[in-house]
Amino acid sequence: MTTSTPSMAARSAAAPAPAPPRTEQRSTGRLGDLIFAGAARGSGVLVIALVTLIGVFLVAQAIPALLKDQASFLTSREWTVAGDAPRFGIAELAWTTVSASIIAMAIAVPVGVAVALFITTYAPTWLRGPAATMIDMLAAVPSIVYGLWAVLSFRSVVRPVEDLIQQRLGGIPLFAPTGVSGGTIFFIGVVLSIMVLPIVTALSREVFAQTPTSHREAALALGATTWEMVRTAVLPFGRPGVISAAMLALGRALGETIAVTFIVSSLAPGTPWSWSLFNGGETFASRIANNAGEFDSAQKTGAFIAAGLVLFVLTFLVNAVARIVIQRRAAFSE
Amino acid sequence: MAKRIDVEHLDVYYGDFLAVHDVTMTVPARSVTALIGPSGCGKSTVLRSLNRMHEVTRGGRVEGSIRLDGVDLYAPDMDPVLVRRMVGMVFQRPNPFPTMSIYDNVAAGLRLNGVKDKATLDGVVEQSLKGANLWTEVKDRLRKPGAGLSGGQQQRLCIARAIAVQPQVLLMDEPCSALDPISTLAIEDLITELKAAYTIVIVTHNMQQAARVSDQTAFFNLAATGKPGELIEVGPTSTIFSNPGVKATEDYIEGRFG
Repeated sequence: MTTSTPSMAARSAAAPAPAPPRTEQRSTGRLGDLIFAGAARGSGVLVIALVTLIGVFLVAQAIPALLKDQASFLTSREWTVAGDAPRFGIAELAWTTVSASIIAMAIAVPVGVAVALFITTYAPTWLRGPAATMIDMLAAVPSIVYGLWAVLSFRSVVRPVEDLIQQRLGGIPLFAPTGVSGGTIFFIGVVLSIMVLPIVTALSREVFAQTPTSHREAALALGATTWEMVRTAVLPFGRPGVISAAMLALGRALGETIAVTFIVSSLAPGTPWSWSLFNGGETFASRIANNAGEFDSAQKTGAFIAAGLVLFVLTFLVNAVARIVIQRRAAFSE
Repeated sequence: MAKRIDVEHLDVYYGDFLAVHDVTMTVPARSVTALIGPSGCGKSTVLRSLNRMHEVTRGGRVEGSIRLDGVDLYAPDMDPVLVRRMVGMVFQRPNPFPTMSIYDNVAAGLRLNGVKDKATLDGVVEQSLKGANLWTEVKDRLRKPGAGLSGGQQQRLCIARAIAVQPQVLLMDEPCSALDPISTLAIEDLITELKAAYTIVIVTHNMQQAARVSDQTAFFNLAATGKPGELIEVGPTSTIFSNPGVKATEDYIEGRFG
């Protein structure tokens, strides 16, 4: 470092000066810099280009179909994509996708935070490693296995819970009985919550574990109990991390396909609209996956791509919000 | 309010490692006792066992007894949370809660005790900040974050937070080591004022500071690295600094080691 500085300055002052000694060694370093900088820059550009191209592809493919659409794309529940006068809209898909994901968040965030607190604060030391590993292994279970397990086994566990809620709270439109016995929105949400639990837990655990000892001790020295210490020191410190963890998990829940496709029970055309979480319905991803065989004309394909575009924008927004929160966190910790 | 502390045959462990061996000393009420000694001699460890913060560290445990006006702090049915409400602590690095305002930092301990009444909180916050000689500097920005204050102000904020719950003893673990000389002087003046109401135990590496603020000085040393720290001698500060009973104390105070 110190040896190269004077010669660098000399070189920039007099460009055509003869090359200083030890050129070989320095040029090797330069070449390494060049390759690394090029590779890094190339990867960065590649990622941005990929996302942009996917966006452009979706828009370009969707527009012709959208122009032919006889129904209102954002508010219609119909889905007839063939023929000269196609009528399709995403209202039902958006409702199912978003409400199932919100249910997933409502379960996964509190449980995930509680598990993370247990692992970082309450669990005896010998249990911390294994407990964390077990949770992480939930993330390693393939999506399709979740789907199989949900349909064949877990369904019968959740059924009684659904029945109970419908009996007790059926008066509220959100919990009104519908008679759908297969994959209700509620059930999709519950399964999704298990699938995103590792994301929430792992990220929360990370940020809770980073709570400075001085903050924890400050609370304890004031006579805080463990829970009070968590409330005054750990949670305020970890809150931005928990929020971004929830956002990342939400992005995952919105786009989850295989497991959900296994579970959903599609509604017959013309089924009356219901706000009930115990209704059936398809998500964006499951509608597209279920109809992959229909992609035989540009118009049909375009309709599905338009639905995919909405999902893309939705998850993009959620991830963007997560990034912004993470950035705020970085600025805050300075 | 202030109480005396009797330490008897105190052994402090980290797991199987004996960090401090056989400490017996008395800290009189309403006085300042300085713990001095070279790094690793266990003075901070002894301090942290006085409010049972030592056991927060993994494997931390003690043997022997510590009594606060006769009440055994390590009795089996004694709740460490209760001990820490009686024995407050100020740390080496100022550690106000970063997400809380100045006001909320001072009120934190009271809120933990379930005090919700705004008038009470307002009163205690003002009293505590005045007690920590910080009130005039922050009274117009009580709602601003505590982390925005200077290091010396933050440390006084931490002292205000500690005295807000009216502890009987105040422990200070090198409270000035991260501060500039002016802030150090402010804290030292504050310590002298606080001893009228509190029993204070302070760990310091600064001989002059020990000489300036303390009534009693305890010198800790360790025979060799890896050996447990021991209390070499304890006595009135004037005696320890002018006429110590042990050669090692004299050597340390005069800067010949440590």
